[in-house]
Amino acid sequence: MEASITLRVDGEQRSLQIDTRTTLLDALREHLGVTAAKKGCDHGQCGACTVLLDGRRVTTCLSLAVACDGASIVTAQGLARGDTLHPVQQAFLEHDALQCGYCTPGQICSAVGMLEEAKAGHPSFVTEGLTAAPELTDGEIRERMSGNLCRCGAYVNIVAAIRDAVSKGAMS
Amino acid sequence: MTPFDYERATDASSAVARVVARPNAVFLGGGTNLVDHMRLGVAHPDLLVDVTGLPFARIDLMADGVVRVGAGVRNSDLAADRTIRERYPVLSQALLAGASGQLRNLATTGGNLLQRTRCAYFQDTTVPCNKRSPGSGCSAIDGYNRDHAILGASQQCVAVNPSDMAVALTALDATVIVLGPQGERRIPIGDFHRLPGDAPERDTVLGHGDLIIAVELPASRVAAHSAYYKVRDRASYAFALVSVAAALQVEDGHVQDVRIALGGIAHKPWRALRAEASLRGAAATEENFGRAAVAELADARALKHNGFKIALARNALRMVLRSLLAGAR
Repeated sequence: MEASITLRVDGEQRSLQIDTRTTLLDALREHLGVTAAKKGCDHGQCGACTVLLDGRRVTTCLSLAVACDGASIVTAQGLARGDTLHPVQQAFLEHDALQCGYCTPGQICSAVGMLEEAKAGHPSFVTEGLTAAPELTDGEIRERMSGNLCRCGAYVNIVAAIRDAVSKGAMS
Repeated sequence: MTPFDYERATDASSAVARVVARPNAVFLGGGTNLVDHMRLGVAHPDLLVDVTGLPFARIDLMADGVVRVGAGVRNSDLAADRTIRERYPVLSQALLAGASGQLRNLATTGGNLLQRTRCAYFQDTTVPCNKRSPGSGCSAIDGYNRDHAILGASQQCVAVNPSDMAVALTALDATVIVLGPQGERRIPIGDFHRLPGDAPERDTVLGHGDLIIAVELPASRVAAHSAYYKVRDRASYAFALVSVAAALQVEDGHVQDVRIALGGIAHKPWRALRAEASLRGAAATEENFGRAAVAELADARALKHNGFKIALARNALRMVLRSLLAGAR
């Protein structure tokens, strides 16, 4: 079954004709050529396909594109402002927070979304007491980023990069 | 994936009517479980009626202290809600213990209640499974059943319910509000999920076309002193081997009120009525907590690989009560 949808992808309005079975991830990669979101497990278990959907971090492999008609999507390649990288992207570079780099766009989108959640005062499972404003300790960063796997095991530097991005004001 | 039609529901009644009219139609919420099942070949709907646009994304504190959670409220929004964090901490914690940040931003309250077992044999269409293909047999009973049930299982199915949220809702005596072809009805959470018996293909008591529209949390004094504890193979982003949702109110050293539910051990969230009965009015002591845990697991039956869960459940139950008692002092 075919459907016509419109997506705003990294600031650009895109219209496309898709089979209803198409996931948002495949629509981005195969139909629109936006390959920043990566296909890892295709089952919502690895986080490589993470983007910001209407400002919130989501996996794209379990969403049907037809259900996202009209949505605004920001992938890792849409985070920079011209030649100026997003503070989280810059921090990943400075801390060598990757090895092969395949999970990195998902890690970065997830971190950007996660920082927004923390800024809004949302607790995590490891937050002591649910009512106080959370402080982004390393333990908090690990828990909040647990939906993004890295087969190279670059976790130590990923945590360091996010910690640094926070200290440089990525949350403000 | 088999081809399907897609429609956005404009109102709840017509969404129900649309699904009722097509035997293989289903409702679509966040899709985090359903779309995966469609890809795996476990589910083959021919029509998806998307209900995420319906006006069920609100959390309302009613005049009588009841909190009404719309079925479309995303798991992340429910966990972060001020009222939930303050009055029902066990629910916030259970939600935050489940899945990942990305998935919680998609998954809905109604969808979470309907998520299906993570039994590997259920998800593998090349092997028999009575839940996926009734009458074909159970591959788990004599297979690798480390993750499977120790209470309430049948010869047809030993799968467990994977939800964390539903375990907390069970301890909280929530009510599920359903709109069906005959109108609206209220189902106590304890009656919502089923034990497998002879019909493991049915996870819940819902019929075709029944749409969850809300979940209600009763006003509760004890719920403010509650916690969720989850034991899993890694520190985060894994399903429970065993989990405990508990609320404890102690006065003058005695248990005034207590609510306990266990997850990861049965086909439905397991309300620990025996443990609760043995604790109510009793001295809040380590010894009595242990006795309650033993009473609750007395009928537990291990399969070949999951015997460790019995001791794990007892210990987890004791530990939660102990930490709630320490918090109450």
